[in-house]
Amino acid sequence: MELTRPTPSGIHPEQARRAEELIFEISRAGRRCTHLPGPDVPQTKKPDAKFLRDCPCELPEVSELDVVRHFTNLSRLNFSVDTNFYPLGSCTMKYNPKFTEDASRLEGFTHLHPILPQLAEGAQAAQGALELLYETERLLCEITGMDHFTLQPSAGAHGELTGVMLIAAYHRAKNRKRKYVIVPDSAHGTNPASAAIAGYEIINIPSDANGTMDMARLKEKLNEDVAAIMMTCPNTLGLFENKIDEIAALAHKVDALMYYDGANLNAILGYCRPGDLGFDVIHLNLHKTFSTPHGGGGPGSGPVGVKEKLKKFLPVSRIARNTDGTFALDYALPESIGYLAPFYGNFLVIVKAYAYILYLGREGLIRTAEHAVLNANYILAALKDYYGAACAQGCFERCMHECVLSAAALAAHGVHALDIAKYLIDGGFHPPTIYFPLIVKEALMIEPTETESKETLDRFIDVMVRAAKLARENPQALKTAPLTTPVARLDETKAARDMNCAFL
Amino acid sequence: MNIPQGLYFTKEHEWVKIDGGAGTIGITDYAQHSLGDVTFVELPKTGAALKQFQIMATIESVKAASDIYAPVSGTITETNQELNANPALINQDCYAKGWIAKVKLADPGETGNLMDPDSYKTYVEGLA
Repeated sequence: MELTRPTPSGIHPEQARRAEELIFEISRAGRRCTHLPGPDVPQTKKPDAKFLRDCPCELPEVSELDVVRHFTNLSRLNFSVDTNFYPLGSCTMKYNPKFTEDASRLEGFTHLHPILPQLAEGAQAAQGALELLYETERLLCEITGMDHFTLQPSAGAHGELTGVMLIAAYHRAKNRKRKYVIVPDSAHGTNPASAAIAGYEIINIPSDANGTMDMARLKEKLNEDVAAIMMTCPNTLGLFENKIDEIAALAHKVDALMYYDGANLNAILGYCRPGDLGFDVIHLNLHKTFSTPHGGGGPGSGPVGVKEKLKKFLPVSRIARNTDGTFALDYALPESIGYLAPFYGNFLVIVKAYAYILYLGREGLIRTAEHAVLNANYILAALKDYYGAACAQGCFERCMHECVLSAAALAAHGVHALDIAKYLIDGGFHPPTIYFPLIVKEALMIEPTETESKETLDRFIDVMVRAAKLARENPQALKTAPLTTPVARLDETKAARDMNCAFL
Repeated sequence: MNIPQGLYFTKEHEWVKIDGGAGTIGITDYAQHSLGDVTFVELPKTGAALKQFQIMATIESVKAASDIYAPVSGTITETNQELNANPALINQDCYAKGWIAKVKLADPGETGNLMDPDSYKTYVEGLA
């Protein structure tokens, strides 16, 4: 008997079928989108034979309507913040307001050539763009408590690498080579990776029973071979590092610098500033805290802020404000670590973040943090009895902007975090982050963000509660999820072991 | 949880089997179970120097990428090339066919820093 599978909600079975076809499968020999007229002038010279293909180009042969239907049907299967709740922990998948798109599409910005301000007298013709970059830097300084910013890095991890390179430059200028960077075990995986790429060895510090940095272990490892401590605050367990001032004081005693991973800045906006907590370097993810798009809708943007003592190492060029109030590019930084990206960063993304900051203002930004924390705590309170709020050793009653639950108690029924995640898809929700942070068994990391309503959170909670009950009563129902997607549960192990990649 | 006799264990869930001046290194049943399906092992190079409790290899599973720490100091004499084609050996048989590296010991006395099977069993039970 053939098993019948429900099709994705709201999509006709025929559309779902067509969306599953590859465009090469609907290709028919000779079919075209456009029929170009033949040349009406004599061809004087044929291209050199060495530039000609020796085999036909493999392109799908389809009509324009085939193309439109194929990609429209595919797009209807897309899952995005604009279609569904997307509580992917640590990623801050909040709504990207459309007015920021309007701002970034102003012709004055989109038609500007990036080389213009580098030409003689060219800066005069790009004053608006330069002022926007300058103002964004000043706003980010005010928000984070740092002294200077560079907007160059193209994304968060690029910002991290920039930050660690600035730290290395700081120690190099003092004629010393430090070997280690300390990273807590609750860190984002990019932190140790960035430090390692910058040439440091990593010292991993475990979390204590409260889910924050183990101070005894830190004191044991911290010495004059340590270049920096990289921290996320609140950390990936969704907890504020309440000994942060003490940690910063210990680091500064041996002239190790404090690095702030800004991935979770959205939780503390307006309540405290990393610069005031003792951090020397910070990267921000504009696509998180400042609501610019993620991934394919991006690109990302990872500005880096520093205290005064690191200013001279910042990447060139810097945006400078002249005494007459005009703006120019400054390259006169002999100790700069150099270029980190072409031109000035992902400019149009920066425009969106600038618009977002101005639109919300101080009060609005503070309210985003409050609502992000409130929403996460609402979910934690509703679900902790069904799952168990998790840290390495204990349970928590409160969290910041995200909560980490654990499906460990369901393992006795053969149900794992992965099964809960897949079941959520059938409920119309994007799965939360699972198996991260690594220190929580069967972790389910949920970040609702501030833009979701109570009604949406309640619907999500209902499905999560249903999943926890099913795990005990009918675990097989979770194992077969998802049922409403074009393809059933994917074999992730086979995908990783037998990779079949195409490179273009 | 399978914890064979005759091996030494680390807190990071590696095992080492000592045979005279040589050791065979792998990860424990607890480790392979926690990782889930192993998809890739980045093996160390033959001839590489190991330092006790320092990173010697990396292992990837469907859940995470993790470091493998050297249970003893020494020099790598051989690595398990079978794992390149079949990393699942670590899930299927972590104490025998899923071994990771063989090593010439620098200091046989280092086993004093490791756990015996009974201590490791108590340690793992404490993690549950």
